[in-house]
Amino acid sequence: MSEPAVQMQAPANGLHLIKKDYEGAQSTLCKGCGHDAITASIVTAAYEASVDPKRVLKLSGIGCSAKTTNYFMNQSFGFNGIHGRMAAMATGTGLANHTLIPIGVSGDGDTASIGLGNFAHMVRRNLRITYIIENNGVYGLTKGQFSAMADRGSRLRKGGANPWEAMDIISLSLLMGATFLARSFSGDRKQLTPLIEAAFNHKGTAVLDVLSPCVTFNDHEGSTKSLKHIRANRDALHDIDFIPDFDQVDVDYDEGKEIRVRMHEAGMITLHKIKDHDPRDRGRAIQLLEEARGNNTFLTGLIYIDENMPDFAEVEQLPEIPLAFLGEEELRPSRQDLDQINASLML
Amino acid sequence: MSDPAINDINICIATENGSGSASANNILFKSIFKMGIPCSAKNLFPSNIQGLPTWYQVRASGRGYLGRKDVIDVMVIFNETTAHEDVDKVRPGGLVIYDDSKPLPRELIRDSLKYLGVPAWNLVKDNVKVTQLRAKQRNIVYVGAIAQLFGIPLDILKDVLADTFGDKPAVIDSNYLCIQLGYDHMESSGATQELGRLVAVPEGNKDTIMTEGNTAAALGAIFGGVTVVAWYPITPSSSLVEEIIARIGKFRTDNNDKHRFAIVQAEDELASVSMVIGAGFCGARAMTSTSGPGLSLMQEGIGLAYFTEVPSVFFIVQRGGPSTGLPTRTQQADITLMHQGSHGDTRHLVLIPHDNPSVFELSWKAFDYAERFQCPVFVMMDLDLGMNMGISAPLAYPDQPFDRGKVLSREQLEAQGGTFKRYLDIDGDGIPQRTIPGTDHPAAAYFARGSGHDVDASYTEDNQVYKALLDRLRKKYETARDFVPRPLIANGAGNGDGVISFGSSYTPTCEALDRLREEARPLDHLLLRALPVNGEVQQFLADHERIFLVEQNRDGQMAQILRDDFPRYAARIHPVLIYDGLPVTAGEIVNLIKGGN
Repeated sequence: MSEPAVQMQAPANGLHLIKKDYEGAQSTLCKGCGHDAITASIVTAAYEASVDPKRVLKLSGIGCSAKTTNYFMNQSFGFNGIHGRMAAMATGTGLANHTLIPIGVSGDGDTASIGLGNFAHMVRRNLRITYIIENNGVYGLTKGQFSAMADRGSRLRKGGANPWEAMDIISLSLLMGATFLARSFSGDRKQLTPLIEAAFNHKGTAVLDVLSPCVTFNDHEGSTKSLKHIRANRDALHDIDFIPDFDQVDVDYDEGKEIRVRMHEAGMITLHKIKDHDPRDRGRAIQLLEEARGNNTFLTGLIYIDENMPDFAEVEQLPEIPLAFLGEEELRPSRQDLDQINASLML
Repeated sequence: MSDPAINDINICIATENGSGSASANNILFKSIFKMGIPCSAKNLFPSNIQGLPTWYQVRASGRGYLGRKDVIDVMVIFNETTAHEDVDKVRPGGLVIYDDSKPLPRELIRDSLKYLGVPAWNLVKDNVKVTQLRAKQRNIVYVGAIAQLFGIPLDILKDVLADTFGDKPAVIDSNYLCIQLGYDHMESSGATQELGRLVAVPEGNKDTIMTEGNTAAALGAIFGGVTVVAWYPITPSSSLVEEIIARIGKFRTDNNDKHRFAIVQAEDELASVSMVIGAGFCGARAMTSTSGPGLSLMQEGIGLAYFTEVPSVFFIVQRGGPSTGLPTRTQQADITLMHQGSHGDTRHLVLIPHDNPSVFELSWKAFDYAERFQCPVFVMMDLDLGMNMGISAPLAYPDQPFDRGKVLSREQLEAQGGTFKRYLDIDGDGIPQRTIPGTDHPAAAYFARGSGHDVDASYTEDNQVYKALLDRLRKKYETARDFVPRPLIANGAGNGDGVISFGSSYTPTCEALDRLREEARPLDHLLLRALPVNGEVQQFLADHERIFLVEQNRDGQMAQILRDDFPRYAARIHPVLIYDGLPVTAGEIVNLIKGGN
């Protein structure tokens, strides 16, 4: 057998995987859908952060967003479940095997309308997960109804204005004790990709509310989730880099211009300030979110982070070996144990 | 006057809930048990915490009949609110025990009944120093009165108190004082009764355990290797998970204080079922426990588990429905909801225990069935079985190792050439191979989905592929027929009549059949222990001209399932339906069988 012809090698990451190894099936979403851009950022982030696809678990509920977990990381397990219940399903996976890297992709309806209850309790429990909300303010698969995250006054393509106040999932999550909150825009890969990389390495629930225009049902004049409107009204807190552990980091940095947060698992997120905000300051985060609400702008970037809170697995005192891999020897009490129980039930 | 019956008496105690009567009743029941007499207790309690009527029936039966007795021989009327109706429930010739600190209202007096008073309130007022304790201690006085009247030795009562309140000597003393007050009063007043006597049976309850079905189920789950429990509190299933919580730590805590289990009180049943599915998908032995309303909420998840083939175990402790129904009464009216749960075509495995040893056995086996068949498995219980104290043989240690089913390890994947198709039936039993997330092999992963999928788990809307999937899932169910627990059959009556019972109806059905045999009308008996039913059930239907099917619901839900399975025998099945929310009695069954004559 002859030597294979020398080809241009694609660059490999820390796990000797190339970017293609992180890709998935061909997307079947509408041409130009924001969700596909988010998928691309997930692929880049996982590749750059050297995430092991065999340890990744892709989870989703129902809707256009739910389909996207099929479009990245073919080598990973996935579970596309039922509407609104991904957060709870993820909680179960986290109990069975807390060593996996769960990536949940949801939508604004899946999270904030039908799934709000389960989402809220996942946040409270600080389950370790990267939870991405692909937020287009509209139900796409059922052809254009409002979700709970649609802004008040925003107009449907064919129909009236939304009379209800939008649910700000970031503000809500902050009040519920969330430990990683970011907002971004599908079209801003430079900002979104490092946020996802940081989320992979966060100890707890990382909520990413990603504005993702629906080009078919919510991209018209009068919609507050149109590409044009988002571009015009986003307000970035900082420029972001994620530095994996195997990359060199400058020891010196200017605290006035830059904030560095070491992630629990690995790596470091570096924030080059645009606005004056330390994302470890909860009170200031609330204040900035309120300001943005008043100004009708989308505050983007890492809004809040707390790397010190115990996560769900820690509180549940889960052992090093995942529960899923324990066998009869570790789980079934002995015959003598049952004899003792029987004796205790006699008089 | 007939001689007093030996060890055959049904005592009903009418009190208010939250008044300390549960403790008094428990002591009475345990004392009869300790005398070696077969006995059972039925707690008829309100959906309330304090102040509503509650009844507790203790039945002693030398013949070992442990169902609720048809007639009440003795009624303790310690609740003025219900005293009127309570005296009318006593059989003619029966006895009423009342608190004669106040005179008995004339309107409570019936010519056919005997009345004996014990001044319980006055006795505690004079002898219990702590004012706040008096209301509770009043109830313990009737235990002493009953003990004297029917022959429960004081030393047995003392032993039971020590057993119950072992570490609280002051409580033991205070309760014993009140028992003695009741006992001494009856003795000194010269009161007698000719209804019955309790006579100790030496070695009578030797090697007999006393527990509730929910406890047996909790133990079964622990011995079955459950690691993930997600639940939402609901009567009458709450105590099942609470028993797991109370007991599992002892066996599953590592030296470094890590837990080889996780129990999560979920935010609702939508979450519980989803957590169970997530955990089951990831390879953990996962369960939830609920009753009717929770089961209704879980339906969508049950369909997901069925269609994606995720092992999951559901303990369903049934109560009176529909809607909120009667939360503290018993029924078997969620059979269809378990067996055919979720929208779309589904059929599920349902295990049906009938006493505490079988609750334990089918509970640990449920986890094996769930992994073997990769599907939801229901353990069907009800309030009567789950929450009432029952006596039985000890729980038997599992006689089989864990059955993880067709789970492929990394090595097995490699050995079969590094490929597998998640939903391919390779050996014709309808059950495909399965891998678990975290398996360190590049071919291990698959993408599960509740939408249409092919053998590779990929999305498809292809009509042929979809139909083939539905057919394979049905085939898996057909395979299960020969694996699920077989029925117990008592044949030999030889007159073409048979009875089928299941769950908590089994015990009273046995008593009913004894009575019918004594009336020269013997019937064969089949105890149904699982769905789907197998060939032995079919044979029983084939062998009998008339089959009476005892079930605790209005619509004959089990009859519908059997008729659907065996249409040629449909007309042979005569449902015997008892659904007033109270535990079934033998008399009800006898009457309905005779009525269907």
